[in-house]
Amino acid sequence: MQWRNSLGENFILITGRTVKQAAGLHKGKDSDAYRRATALVEMNAADMARLGIGEGQMVRLRSATGQVEMPAHTGTVPSKMVFVPMGPVANSLIGPETEGTGMPSFKGLTVEIEPI
Amino acid sequence: MKTVVENVTCTFCGCLCDDIIVEVEDNRIARVQRVCANGRGVFTDYDPTPRRPIVAGREVEWEEAVSEAARILVQADSPLIYGLSSSASEAQMKVVELADLIGAIIDTTSSVCHGPTSLAMQAVGEVSCSLGEVRNRADFLIFWGCNPAASHLRHFERYSLKPKGRYIPNGRKDRHMVVVDVRPTASAKMADHFIQVTPGADFEVLTTLRALVQGKEIEAGAVGGVPRIELLELANRMKGCRYGVFFMGMGLTMSGARDYNVSELFTLVAELNQYTRFSVMPMRGHGNVAGADQVLTWQSGYPFAVSFARGYPQYSPGEFSAVDVLAREEVDAALILASDPVAHFPRVAGNQLKRIPAIVLDPMMNLTSESAQVFFPTGSYGVDAAGTCYRMDNVPIRLREVIAPMRPTDEAILGQIIEEIKRC
Repeated sequence: MQWRNSLGENFILITGRTVKQAAGLHKGKDSDAYRRATALVEMNAADMARLGIGEGQMVRLRSATGQVEMPAHTGTVPSKMVFVPMGPVANSLIGPETEGTGMPSFKGLTVEIEPI
Repeated sequence: MKTVVENVTCTFCGCLCDDIIVEVEDNRIARVQRVCANGRGVFTDYDPTPRRPIVAGREVEWEEAVSEAARILVQADSPLIYGLSSSASEAQMKVVELADLIGAIIDTTSSVCHGPTSLAMQAVGEVSCSLGEVRNRADFLIFWGCNPAASHLRHFERYSLKPKGRYIPNGRKDRHMVVVDVRPTASAKMADHFIQVTPGADFEVLTTLRALVQGKEIEAGAVGGVPRIELLELANRMKGCRYGVFFMGMGLTMSGARDYNVSELFTLVAELNQYTRFSVMPMRGHGNVAGADQVLTWQSGYPFAVSFARGYPQYSPGEFSAVDVLAREEVDAALILASDPVAHFPRVAGNQLKRIPAIVLDPMMNLTSESAQVFFPTGSYGVDAAGTCYRMDNVPIRLREVIAPMRPTDEAILGQIIEEIKRC
């Protein structure tokens, strides 16, 4: 996948449930707990070091659909993969194509990342 | 006055844990025991105070809101009804009646959850079992593309990994657990063996396992990032176990091949039954998403993505599924029952819901209700409303009222909307 203005390296995006996301949604979708739980990206420590991204530093993620900014944290993901909890922030990056199934690609999407 | 209610069911996820202890004080929930971190908020963060419905940003009487909801649905050329999975089956039956009445498209959160699993089940069949069988018999568990340690927190404890059962006298010691995923999740730490698959390669790995189970030779040194020897060991272990169960999740349904991934897994499970006893169970997310499948199937013949526009049910995922009809701007009104598609759909689809008149029934405000034309603050099933939910193994569980109801149920409001439409 090619973009006109390449921002950085390509990563595979996985979105999904976290315990904090689930606890946050009970507090309300407008609560700080929910916002904090869903607006973050987990990255591999070596990838963060290579891109010069510090713990908690804001990064920009961009997919073919959209772009969004959020803090990066070290997580237990393999190199070249990132994880964003399910929710409105992650969904800025997800396209609506469902390949005739009803299911968008919430996992396995290609995204670019650069530190801000 | 303080009362203690035992054996309460938590409706957060498909585990439907029915051993929760709730202390009620002055018709408020004061304390909850045994509930997990994901489900706790169902009881402790829900405010049962009766509130008036909202129409166009202002509080109104219930009759006015019902009348406005009926007007929106009657005037729409192509209404969408969506959600269902956090409501009770009694309310789910009402929305099917409503969809039939107004010629609506009806879709559930299954379409962004285990919809591809339904497609696979329809294509190749599904060898299933109950969670009771897992608890009492399963000596080999494989969790593929799911992470119960984050999504179904008491699954290991109550149903799969840890309980002692009739033929599993020593509990955890008598079970072997494998996790297959693209990343080392919290669930992987609980496993005896973790297999890390390259993202998007699940289909190839499952096909390879089918070949190895059948005794075929594989030339490749590794498939999907997994060494051949590791896959051969897994195949032999599957054939050699007494009672194996796969649990599968969004890792298979949300990535590239979607329903083809699941079909390959279901076929593998069916073939394993030539050698031993094997089953597979989808890890259902919402508390009654399995019930939504059940109700829609027994009433229309199809589990999700059903259109009543022609006066009879038509089934077409990709055509009548909610994300697709919203992204293509094919619906001009929506009724959202107990879900939050603005938060959980791709933004393009969610934003379309803000542009058309929407009616939301939910115990609490959410991102979808913020922009809705009509919002009904209804009761919460299993807290202040009674009803029926289906567990992930499709066993129906009866929910009781833990506190005295002060709000109307989804079922009651839907019934009033139906009656109002019939009068229009």
